[in-house]
Formats: sequence, structure tokens, C-alpha cells
Amino acid sequence: MTAVLKGASSILAHTPDLVPLGSKPTREIPRFEGLGEQCLAHLRSYREAVAYPPNQVFIGNIRPDELAEMKQPWWRNLTADAFREGPYGEIMPQDEFYGLLKAADAFDLIWLEEGFQSQIAAKLRLHPLLGDLKGLGGGRTIAEIRDKLARNEALPLNLGCDLVGCVCQAHEEDEALSASVILEGLSAKASAFLALRHLLARVNPTDPRDIDYLLDFSEGAVGDRYQRGGGNIAKAIGEMAGCLNATGADVKAFCCAPTHAIAIAAALVQAGTFDEVALLGGGSLPKLGMKFQFHVKKDMPILEDTLAAIAILIGKDDGVSPVIRTDAIGVHPICAGASAKEIYEEVAVKPLNKLGKRITDIDKYSTELHNPEITVAAGRPDTPLINYRALGALACLRGEIGKEAMGDFVRTYGMPGFSPTQGHIPAAIPFMGHARDMIMAGRIENTMFMAKGSLFLARMTDLSDAVSVIIERNPATRKEVS
Amino acid sequence: MFEGKKVVAFGERDGVQGPAIAECLSAAGAEVVFTVTECIV
Repeated sequence: MTAVLKGASSILAHTPDLVPLGSKPTREIPRFEGLGEQCLAHLRSYREAVAYPPNQVFIGNIRPDELAEMKQPWWRNLTADAFREGPYGEIMPQDEFYGLLKAADAFDLIWLEEGFQSQIAAKLRLHPLLGDLKGLGGGRTIAEIRDKLARNEALPLNLGCDLVGCVCQAHEEDEALSASVILEGLSAKASAFLALRHLLARVNPTDPRDIDYLLDFSEGAVGDRYQRGGGNIAKAIGEMAGCLNATGADVKAFCCAPTHAIAIAAALVQAGTFDEVALLGGGSLPKLGMKFQFHVKKDMPILEDTLAAIAILIGKDDGVSPVIRTDAIGVHPICAGASAKEIYEEVAVKPLNKLGKRITDIDKYSTELHNPEITVAAGRPDTPLINYRALGALACLRGEIGKEAMGDFVRTYGMPGFSPTQGHIPAAIPFMGHARDMIMAGRIENTMFMAKGSLFLARMTDLSDAVSVIIERNPATRKEVS
Repeated sequence: MFEGKKVVAFGERDGVQGPAIAECLSAAGAEVVFTVTECIV
């Protein structure tokens, strides 16, 4: 049984008023007088976020290669033809996302002001994919919300200058259930649900009841003080999406969790254990505004103002979808070295050797796809570019290309980063929808997805991790040559 | 080249990681007293 990539969705939720609740702003704003006001003054409007070219690439309206030709800085050269919806998902405005948070909340921890809640419920009923959302009746008075905040039992949910709700702590003493952790978990759940809804309702229409298994690879970990990463947010998201016949589990491996999850899902399908496996990655609240001080200093908009989520459907061979090469999963074993050369030898060259292929036999590499406009402004490198250069250098060392062809290697086999710096989300998979369509349209034959994980951040080891997966055109679609 | 020198190795995941720096400098005779890798994204 061959496992295939049946579809991938990508959504963004523009949440500028959650930026001050990101990890870095939460810590830095109280330290510097006036920084909070500066932060608010540099937030983008919804219209600007929609017209931002990398965001249009993320939802599939622009191909990454086209973005490479667009004038930079992208934040100053917004695209005229920008849409809320794209082939892979949508860019949801903040007020609707607050409604989605409420719908994701099973414990009455999101309190929305009654007038606002009723207005958002009406708006979401008109959404083509969300008309069936439950849990949006009622609401709280603004006095109740203010009282909860005054008792330091909640965090505010603002809409511009207006207080429209709050997120409550779920326990008085348990830090794992504090208001900020609850908001982090619900942000991941709600955004991943939206991605899953797009995947099953639009990208590859599938009855949610036909999903057998769910694997979540979100950045955060849900739990309580006795088991901080206890999980299982995959099942919680599946419940919300009506995947009634599925269960699931969470896959944790820092930013290479998505490629681990793809490899696991493909193996489960290939083994015949499950027929349809949905992979879910929700947005990261802590990473909102991670580099906001640099953006403020450069008087540019704070670009880390969107939660990003991706859902991927892996299933039995349908004769058309690209196949996942489970016989050539690239891994970075414990015994391997940490240099870029050693990592790419393990994760790129070894799996290619198994298939009798060279580095240049892959048409497109998808590596860390962080938007460079976010990182370079903060004095950090262009992450995709340095990864492509390292891979190109390896191709050069192996005699596959000449030194003079390095620049062309990056252009030909790589792409510009276009993903928000949302941790697991930029890790190769934002290209998944594009890759599937480009392979099925005959524009490329195959792609390798390579993701790296910073395991050392948990202080349990100084190792990093990396996993790669190759997808290629379904052999059933090849015309026989007589 | 680095005999008698103490070294603190700061690495970056997508650049050169801490253990790789430490290995190079140890081979060059340095005493690596601290190694860490950070992630800029």
C-alpha cells in the first residue's frame, strides 16, 4: 500500500492585539517605558496583512518563485490583487478569530462581551465553512470581564482600543493552566481547527468521519502541572472538526515534528493500520512579536502579527496524488555530527543514495521557510538562504555542480522564505500545498522537505534533530512511452 | 594554535552549531569551557 499526499491547507489569523501577549513582548514591554505604546503604533491593519505578498504565498495565491521576483521590502510593496481566501486557506481577521477561540473553548475560559459575541456569532454564521460552529451563544457583561481582570485572574482580549473579552486562568495555583498557557493552547487548537476545516471542506473534500487518525505537531504542549506536555490536542481538534471516528496523538520534536509526523503517518497508511491520517499544526502565541523591538526600531510594521496553521492529509494511493517515499526517509541519527555538512549528508544525501539519485535530481527543496524580512531586520540571517547555500555547497563538494553555479542552485532548487516565524510551521511544510499542485501540474517531478529541530532548547541534550521526506509524482500518472 | 586558551562556543542551529565549533577548537588545542547552541527563529 503506497501512502500519498492528498492535500495540504494553510491558514493565517491576523491577531495584532495578541502581539503584546507574545513571550517577548510580555517580558520586554514592562521593562521599557513607552515600549507598549510604540508596539501598538507599529501594528498592521488587516488590509495590510492580507496584501502582504508572503501572506498571499502562504495561502496559495502566489507561487514562491513569483515572490522571488517581487520588489522588496515586501511590507512596503503590497500586492494590489490580494484576497482573503486562497486555494489552501484564508487570512482570518482578529474579531472572527476571537469567536473561533470561544468556539474552541470547552471550559468557559474565553469570556467575550455579550454584544461583541453576538455580532461575531452572526459573522461566523455567514462564513462558508463555519456556519455550524457551536458555543457562541450568550456572552458576559463588560463589568464581569473588568472584574475578572481586576482580580488578576485573566488576560485581556482587545480589539484595537476596545476591551471585548478576556481569557481566564483554569486553576488558581497551576501554572500549566494559567491564562497565558490556556490562551496558547486555545490559539493552537482554534487555528489548527480552521486549517483542518479548510483541508477537509475545500482542499480535498473528505467526510471528517472518514479520518481514522490525527497527529498534531503544534509548537506548544498542553497538559497540567503533573504532566506539562500530556496532550492530546490532536483529539481535541478532531472533536471540534467532527472527526468522530478518529483518535490521535501529539508528535513532539521541536521544529522537525512536522516531518516526523509525515513519516509516521505515511508508515501507518502503508502498513494498513489507518486509511486516512490528518496532520495538524496550530499557531504559536508565544512567537507573536518575537522580534518586535527590531521592527519598532527600524520603524517598520511588526510582521510577527499572525498565527499560522497547517493541516495535511495523508492517505491510501488514489492514483493521482504525489507519493511519499517511505523507503527514503532522511534522519539525523544520534551518532551523527552537528556541522551543516554532516546534517545534510545524513538528511539529504543518504536518502537520495537509497533511490539512486543525486542532489540535483530533486526539483525543489523545501527547507526552513522563515520570511527573511522578519529575521534580517533583527540582524539575524536569511535562514532559508543559508540552508540552500549549505546544500548547494554539498552538491559542489560532490562534484554535481561547479562553484560558479552556486547562485543558480539557490534560485533553481530553492525558494524565498514566506512563512511567519511560527516555529514548527515554517519548517518546510508551507510549500506542501504548492508542491502537490506543482507536481500534479507537471511543473516539477519531486520535492524534498527537510526540517530541523532545536532539541537543545529544552536543555535535555545539546543535540539538534533533522528529518526529511521526499514526495514525487504518482507513477500511475506517467504516460507509458512505447 | 589555541593551546592555553579557554573557549566559549556559541553556535546557531542553521549556521554552525555549538558542538561543531567546540570540536574544531578542541582539535586546535583550546580548552572548551562552555558550549551552547541557540535558535534564532
